[in-house]
Amino acid sequence: MPNVKVLLFARLSELAGTRQTQLELGEGLTVADAYVILSDRYPGLEPLRNSVMYAVNSEYVSSTQPLSPGDELALIPPVSGGSDAV
Amino acid sequence: MLFEITEEPLDPQRLADHVRSDASGAVALFYGVVRDHNKGRKVLYLEYDAYPEMATKVMRQIAEEMKERSPIDDVAIQHRTGRLEIGETSLLIAVSSGHRKEAFEACHALVDRFKEVVPIWKKEVWEGGEEWVEGESVQKPS
Repeated sequence: MPNVKVLLFARLSELAGTRQTQLELGEGLTVADAYVILSDRYPGLEPLRNSVMYAVNSEYVSSTQPLSPGDELALIPPVSGGSDAV
Repeated sequence: MLFEITEEPLDPQRLADHVRSDASGAVALFYGVVRDHNKGRKVLYLEYDAYPEMATKVMRQIAEEMKERSPIDDVAIQHRTGRLEIGETSLLIAVSSGHRKEAFEACHALVDRFKEVVPIWKKEVWEGGEEWVEGESVQKPS
């Protein structure tokens, strides 16, 4: 029974081949643990582990944030909105 | 205040009208526009991806932070997603204030902050290739 919804964007969604997936997580697992599980499922994600940021329910969180059932976890690659050079 | 992510073309006049009030002596309006080159390459077009629910929330947070530390009247921000051609507007930030200095400064600071924290991404497409652009400064909002 999946209990965390995962959203992927930009480069991460292209590497995984999907924009959305579900995870069933044990008690007390963190967003960093979730990334490890997702990297097993989508090996292309592994090299980006150190550059990704995380949001839970639309708020930035640290990688040590525990997940709860029903959470929406978003994997946020380095952002680049606007148009001129970064 | 107004914060939007949209696939439709942006309307700067609507944004300026939204922030203007009879108490405002100045409206600063920033356009981010798609440029035809980057790092020596000829860019054909850009594609923007966004996490809209979070992007609008973070836009509101940075606008509220700005209102707390600067005497500005109002802020409105719009970003467009999907495929944008050269010369099209991707980002609009409008700020109103009693006097011009505060509007200019807050608008400038909001553009910088926007590019650090709002979850929007652009892909450059050029002849024979494409690449997601990654910002150099990514920090969690304090």
